Amino acid sequence: MTRTVTDVICPFCGTLCDDLEVVVSDDGKDLLEVYNACAIGAEKFLHSQAKDRITRPRMRQEDGSWKEISYDEAIEYTARMLTEAKKPLMYGWSSTNCEAQAVGSEIGEAVGAVMDNTATVCHGTSLIAVQDIGIPSCTLGEIKNRADRILFWGCNPAHAHPRHMSRYSIFPRGFFTGKGHAGRKMIVVDPRPTDTASLADIHLQIEQGHDYELLDALRVAFKGEQLPDVVAGIPKEKIYEVADMLKSGRFAIIFFGMGVTQSLGKNHNIDEAIAVTRDLNEYTKAAIMPMRGHYNVTGSGQVWGWLFGFPYAVDLSRGFARYNPGETTSNDLLRRDEVDAVFVLGSDPGAHFPFSSVKKIYNRPSVVIDPHETPTTEVCKVHVPVAFVGVEVGGCAYRMDNVPIETRKVVEPPEGMMTDEEFLKRVLGRVKEIQGV
Amino acid sequence: MAIRVNLITGRTIQQGVSMEAGKEKPAYTTACGIIELDPADFKKLGTYRNTNVRVTSSYGSVIVKAVDATQGPHPGVAYIPMGPWANMVVNPNTYSTGMPTFKGTPVEVEVAKNEPVLGSLELVRKGCRGELA
Repeated sequence: MTRTVTDVICPFCGTLCDDLEVVVSDDGKDLLEVYNACAIGAEKFLHSQAKDRITRPRMRQEDGSWKEISYDEAIEYTARMLTEAKKPLMYGWSSTNCEAQAVGSEIGEAVGAVMDNTATVCHGTSLIAVQDIGIPSCTLGEIKNRADRILFWGCNPAHAHPRHMSRYSIFPRGFFTGKGHAGRKMIVVDPRPTDTASLADIHLQIEQGHDYELLDALRVAFKGEQLPDVVAGIPKEKIYEVADMLKSGRFAIIFFGMGVTQSLGKNHNIDEAIAVTRDLNEYTKAAIMPMRGHYNVTGSGQVWGWLFGFPYAVDLSRGFARYNPGETTSNDLLRRDEVDAVFVLGSDPGAHFPFSSVKKIYNRPSVVIDPHETPTTEVCKVHVPVAFVGVEVGGCAYRMDNVPIETRKVVEPPEGMMTDEEFLKRVLGRVKEIQGV
Repeated sequence: MAIRVNLITGRTIQQGVSMEAGKEKPAYTTACGIIELDPADFKKLGTYRNTNVRVTSSYGSVIVKAVDATQGPHPGVAYIPMGPWANMVVNPNTYSTGMPTFKGTPVEVEVAKNEPVLGSLELVRKGCRGELA
């Protein structure tokens, strides 16, 4: 016999879908089917059942091979590495629950670490911009029920947030949006005609890296002032058309992604996008929202926000929290050889950092906590597999609009496997013993 | 014959699915060890689809398979899905923002028919040990 668990939260992207149904065996040990999830979310649930999954910690040997070690040995290595390092980097934190993030922060404080999350290669520049000029935002529920002008700038939800458009932004029928997609106008700004752009009323195929100019041009167009004939590869008629379309709506929302945060200009692009939103509020209601990637990157920003006052790149090495992106951010620290040990949890910098940074991790004492085998496990000295948060253990996560949602445990982890939180609590205990506090 | 294009990176659904299925698996290499080129750029390069190419920037070099743009046309722009292959060549400079410049790296693409596309773990391992050509 099997049973179906309903209202399961998907721990993949920042959309944090909460309507999944998962079929598990009667004893709760096997996960059999996943319904309602996107292709990526379903794969994440099903991969937890992989027969070749690594279930015990491993340590790298001199000859490059792995040796299985116990959790106790892994805890000892991690605690020693962190206490002996002058300035360890503790990176990741986005694919775990807020409870584990809080314990990790306590360790970071005890050992004087630099705490950084995946925003550093994702929406870190958005956070800088928000600190510059603020952010008029809203929840995804408001968008579903009210928004009739949807602008996707430098993001491709058809691939990166596959159910975003069907659950919140384009297709659903809400309280004031009873016609669903027929009542909404959709604009996409992207240097490629993406699958998202194929659904749009207007696609502006911008010259890559010229977002700032086009955003600025929109502000000019709102005011009806003169524009040059072409801005960022877009004829001025199109820009006026988009400006009028946005102004004529009852509620406009701008979603933005890596196209603006990772292109040159970076935080200044976001400054300008927020300024567009602010200007638009002269004519109608408008809001703006970053398309957060990991399901709980927003949560790690929240946890550090309330613990340290900063959402990422928190340097605790001086005994108090400092924050200076460009100096206390992971890639800058690694490339400048300013950290002497690396601890990774819930992220894969081996795959997603520029290679010059990855090489630095390889040359240092390092521990990675990850259920998967990844390029990061390939360059680290110790790999500790843990239970999947949102599949094998519950816990709090924050959606991209800063709404906290409690994820659910649907299946038992492999026997004897620790969770992130359990492992971190043991490391914290050992760190305190070593420090004699 | 080499061509110069502007490289951007990012997520694709195939990248996401194969990443969750295991980055050590061949499907991840199939999804991310590629460069999407516009038909016009293929013509300039003078090679067939699905040929291995070497992509070189000021920051590094990597072998990937050249495939047709799936979300095109975008002449002059090339796309490698986010992952270790793209990260061999992207501009790592953060310009004091903390954010490497993942999008907008000028690269040169040349045919490298007989060189293999390495799997993700092997690529990173060999790169760290200085064993890459």
